Amino acid sequence: MKITVDFDRCQSNALCMSAAPEIFEVRDDGFLYVLIEEPGEEHRAKVEEAIMLCPTQAISVSA
Amino acid sequence: MTNGLIDASADASIVVVGASLAGVRAAEALRRHGATGSITLVGAEERQPYDRPPLSKAFLTGDIGEDRLSLTRADNAFAEQGIELRTGVSAIGLHLRERTLITSAGPIPFDRLVVATGTSVRRLPHSDGAPVFTLRTLDDARALQTRLTEGARIVVIGAGFIGAEVAAAAKSKGGEVTVVEALPVPLERQLGADMGLACSLLHERNGVTLRTGVGVASIELHGVVLADGTTLPADTMVVGIGVSPNTEWLSGSGISLGDGVQCDETCRVVDERGQSIPHVVACGDVARWPNDLFDEQMRVEHWTNAVEMADHAARTLLGDAQPFRPVPYFWSDQYGTKIQFLGRSTGFDEVRVVDGDPASGAGVALYRRGDRLVGALGLNRIKAVMGYRALLADAASWSTALEKAGV
Repeated sequence: MKITVDFDRCQSNALCMSAAPEIFEVRDDGFLYVLIEEPGEEHRAKVEEAIMLCPTQAISVSA
Repeated sequence: MTNGLIDASADASIVVVGASLAGVRAAEALRRHGATGSITLVGAEERQPYDRPPLSKAFLTGDIGEDRLSLTRADNAFAEQGIELRTGVSAIGLHLRERTLITSAGPIPFDRLVVATGTSVRRLPHSDGAPVFTLRTLDDARALQTRLTEGARIVVIGAGFIGAEVAAAAKSKGGEVTVVEALPVPLERQLGADMGLACSLLHERNGVTLRTGVGVASIELHGVVLADGTTLPADTMVVGIGVSPNTEWLSGSGISLGDGVQCDETCRVVDERGQSIPHVVACGDVARWPNDLFDEQMRVEHWTNAVEMADHAARTLLGDAQPFRPVPYFWSDQYGTKIQFLGRSTGFDEVRVVDGDPASGAGVALYRRGDRLVGALGLNRIKAVMGYRALLADAASWSTALEKAGV
């Protein structure tokens, strides 16, 4: 799957990071970094939790 | 499946009462987790469901518009998921035995029920015609938005998170802002005295006047009269003194009510005899439940809890009843500072600053209860705070937490 983040929506609340820290990281500069843009299926449950928890609906996945 | 589910079939009809965040997410989760029967989502407001956190933040300042408040990604999201949304319909009663919800639009029968009626804002009496505002709904935010102008004299009553966010928004629009708090230290109940004080310093550092330890005697046409006799002249007064759970419609229903709707550890609603009702769950701001991770009863009025509890309650209602034991989380955006809190601050024995200095606007403090970590507060320390979530979820010891902090 490929992760897309709408950075115009993202407000760096870091809920995604709490769900999947190996994929999402909010750094001290206040910005979100996607560490693995095309994670394998083994990450799907955590990525879906990150999508569910994002307060600004900024994360989506394709295929 | 759980014992006691009378109609364990997945095609039972489900009614979700309350169409804000918790209700919407519960309805969606029910469908996602396999409910095949009808799902009816009943909301009191006349509009499509919307998200509330921006109402006191980016929406209030005009940085984002109404299009960003939608709780769904597509206009036809409910129809696509087979969820019937009924707006403008208020719950007014519940017949548990007959499994019927009584509403302003007539009775609605159900096999299973989700209670997600949320909270209502608390108000204060005031003189007729005084420019007094509260902030809970989209209409509230729209009305208040027009008042936040250059030079406007704004008095905010209550220095909680909503009051603080409103003050910050008003200041950013060029207002002359004063915040009044009856308690000696703002946010003491939420964060303890030291960290409450640390957060409240943001006001004065950003040019907002904070008056603490003084109550409000009355709200008049032209300003707020304090208990010490001072009058604070104001063009706009905002009351931000918290919310109350919407449970009036359940009085006499046989459901256990106290501070909210009482649930068991799996989000099933409890009746007055203390028995869990297998076909009724609750979630969001209205629901009180025993969180055994922190060994306490809690009712949490935060966005993240509504989302997590909605998903959990949906699973429970479909027969997978597990204890709901989340690490509560909230954030607040004020004056360009992000405040985050993970865990619990009630009944703590110690607060220790482990990084930076929250009183100067950036740092992390940890909360200890007994010999374990129970909470982590951060001001502009997003990554560091989130690093404690796994420890909190594991009920990690205080020494483990200090080790992670490197102190």
